[in-house]
Amino acid sequence: MTDSTNSDSRPGRHLDFGKVAKDLIVTALIATAIFGSTIAFRTVSAAGGLRLEVRYDLAFYVIAVVVIGRLLLWLFIWSKPPGTSAVEMPVSIKSGLAKVTAKVGKGFGPTMLMFALVFPFLPFTDRYLLDLSILILTYVMLGWGLNIVVGLAGLLDLGYVAFYAIGAYSYALLAQYFGFSFWMCLPLAGILAAFWGIILGFPVLRLRGDYLAIVTLAFGEIIRIVLLNWYQFTGGPDGLSGIPRPSFFGLPFSRGEGGFSDFFGFDYSSMHRIIFMYFLILALALLTNFVTNRLRRLPIGRAWEALREDEIACRSLGLNTTSVKLTAFAIGGMFAGFAGSFFATRQGFISPESFTFIESALILAIVVLGGMGSQVGVVIASIAMIGGFEVFREAEQFRMLIFGLAMVVIMIWRPRGLISTRIPSIFLKEKKAVSADMVAQGEGH
Amino acid sequence: MTHVVDDPVLTVEHLNMRFGGLLAVDDLSFDVGRRDITALIGPNGAGKTTVFNCITGFYKPTEGRITARHEGGKTFLLERMDDFKIPKIAKVARTFQNIRLFGGMTVLENLMVGQHNTLMVASNYTFGGIFGLSGYKKAEKEAVELAKYWMDQAGLTQRADDAAGDLPYGEQRKLEIARAMCTKPKLLCLDEPAAGLNPRESEELNKLLLFIRKERDTGVLLIEHDMNVVMGISDHIIVLDYGKKIADGTPEEIRNDPSVIAAYLGVADEEVEEVEHEIEEGASS
Repeated sequence: MTDSTNSDSRPGRHLDFGKVAKDLIVTALIATAIFGSTIAFRTVSAAGGLRLEVRYDLAFYVIAVVVIGRLLLWLFIWSKPPGTSAVEMPVSIKSGLAKVTAKVGKGFGPTMLMFALVFPFLPFTDRYLLDLSILILTYVMLGWGLNIVVGLAGLLDLGYVAFYAIGAYSYALLAQYFGFSFWMCLPLAGILAAFWGIILGFPVLRLRGDYLAIVTLAFGEIIRIVLLNWYQFTGGPDGLSGIPRPSFFGLPFSRGEGGFSDFFGFDYSSMHRIIFMYFLILALALLTNFVTNRLRRLPIGRAWEALREDEIACRSLGLNTTSVKLTAFAIGGMFAGFAGSFFATRQGFISPESFTFIESALILAIVVLGGMGSQVGVVIASIAMIGGFEVFREAEQFRMLIFGLAMVVIMIWRPRGLISTRIPSIFLKEKKAVSADMVAQGEGH
Repeated sequence: MTHVVDDPVLTVEHLNMRFGGLLAVDDLSFDVGRRDITALIGPNGAGKTTVFNCITGFYKPTEGRITARHEGGKTFLLERMDDFKIPKIAKVARTFQNIRLFGGMTVLENLMVGQHNTLMVASNYTFGGIFGLSGYKKAEKEAVELAKYWMDQAGLTQRADDAAGDLPYGEQRKLEIARAMCTKPKLLCLDEPAAGLNPRESEELNKLLLFIRKERDTGVLLIEHDMNVVMGISDHIIVLDYGKKIADGTPEEIRNDPSVIAAYLGVADEEVEEVEHEIEEGASS
């Protein structure tokens, strides 16, 4: 609103009444614009149709609260001299906080992993929580896969869900037409998705910035529309159902003779299959993380990051940027393919409905929110976003509003994502994190 | 007037570069000696950077031939190669006028990216590396050693684990040269390496360049405006003006060349007066 952040505007404790009055009027006008229409009027169903209910009094109270709140801010916080400003955190607390977060950060990964391993056996874990964590882990895996393309190589991909769809349909179709099992299809789905990553890679090699983003977006839509319209092959909008469930090394999760519970002498429980699914996606996600971390320390991973930093410098050092980009798309796509086949086997039914642009946007939001290139950041962001969606399920139509507000707040608070520092892939004496201001963001951001 | 070079690492013959109606480089021919420091100088807009971009493949020349020669007698026609193959196969490395470092990566990482092609082969194109085969670990150790060597030479060892973007300007310049040297080039092309350096830093740069020539058998071709650097370390100077070569010789020859003096300082006062006189006469008649 007004320049309340400008330190010149608040000299000493003396309030400039004209300025405050002006600010409060502006505040009142904005509050009226926002709440005047949304709170003052309400449609209620009545006999014979809708009736308009008018609540001027309520709107007035809300606006008054906003104005009084801002007045209190002026009186008690913004009136202080700039040096002792209470809005900003003191330096000592800030550096202390940084130390604490660094310590927490070190133990965070292993702690999370331990928790993830014992989670299905905790007393409070029920079917709902387990299903939710499978969903979160799927997004963690997708986030880690997209992190290769967006976070490391710096190529903005808005059509990542296409690879997820290719993985899911690969498994479903191979199982339907050839009767392949899940374990056979998993690598095949990954290979097919990687292959399509290369196919996408070729046309976008020469593109930069916004143009790259648009073509990847179009690619995502093309895949979805082909799946939707190729009725004879993919079942179109009807989708594919009866996708076979995975077995535990040949033991199906079924009741009776020859099943998993029979073989190990357990009582049959439908939870066994869910717990198995949980560990399956956990293993797949950890594989993604392991491979990504490994690749970062190899020349290919450094080439990805160098590509994000400066493509021309890469070429001047003899890096074939074509193959660098193609490998990034292929490997990123491969992990989405794995995740897709897992999705198909978990759901047992897939249709193009599950692979809309909003999914791509959600995965990208997870990567951006977590901090591009940060593996732990993706985990936190997935939990926050997918878990947050569930927590606010009660809030119904306000869910998206809360979600959007949270995004805005986080982007103001941490514009480069929750974990924005970059950890070097190799060091001589001391591993120093590189601050986010130094790290380039690549194409299309 | 052409300076005779016995064993050229680079030969440029009849190079023409046309941008629409502008002939940026006009029938330029010169040689770069294998163990020489060759300077390409000229007033602003003379076409020096264009020549560089042609040599390093960033532009495809309109006409002409650019040949790189290795010690074994192997030759590479640079005008026909993809830009990334020129450092990779023909071993001609370059730096940029406006420094292009990987700012978010550390000094050591920058130097490791410089050795990408060697490491790629050593990691069996990633497949060996991902399974942790010993061949890659050894190659990586050697790469770190080479990086250390160049950090020592460039005085960057203390900053090895700092982000390249955090370095002061002079050190960034040196890092860019060190990174180019990590590709083990036969010819190093430097685009204004001393621009923006203070006298002490440019003295260090001179030392580094002389070291490169002496110890590493690498030819150096540089564009430079700083005459202290040019006259102090060059063996051979080529002067361009409006895309044409106007002089070619040793620093001593160049210093006394009337056409160079005219290009840099303009023509002598008497000549200007003569021209003015003619114009006045033309106007009055």
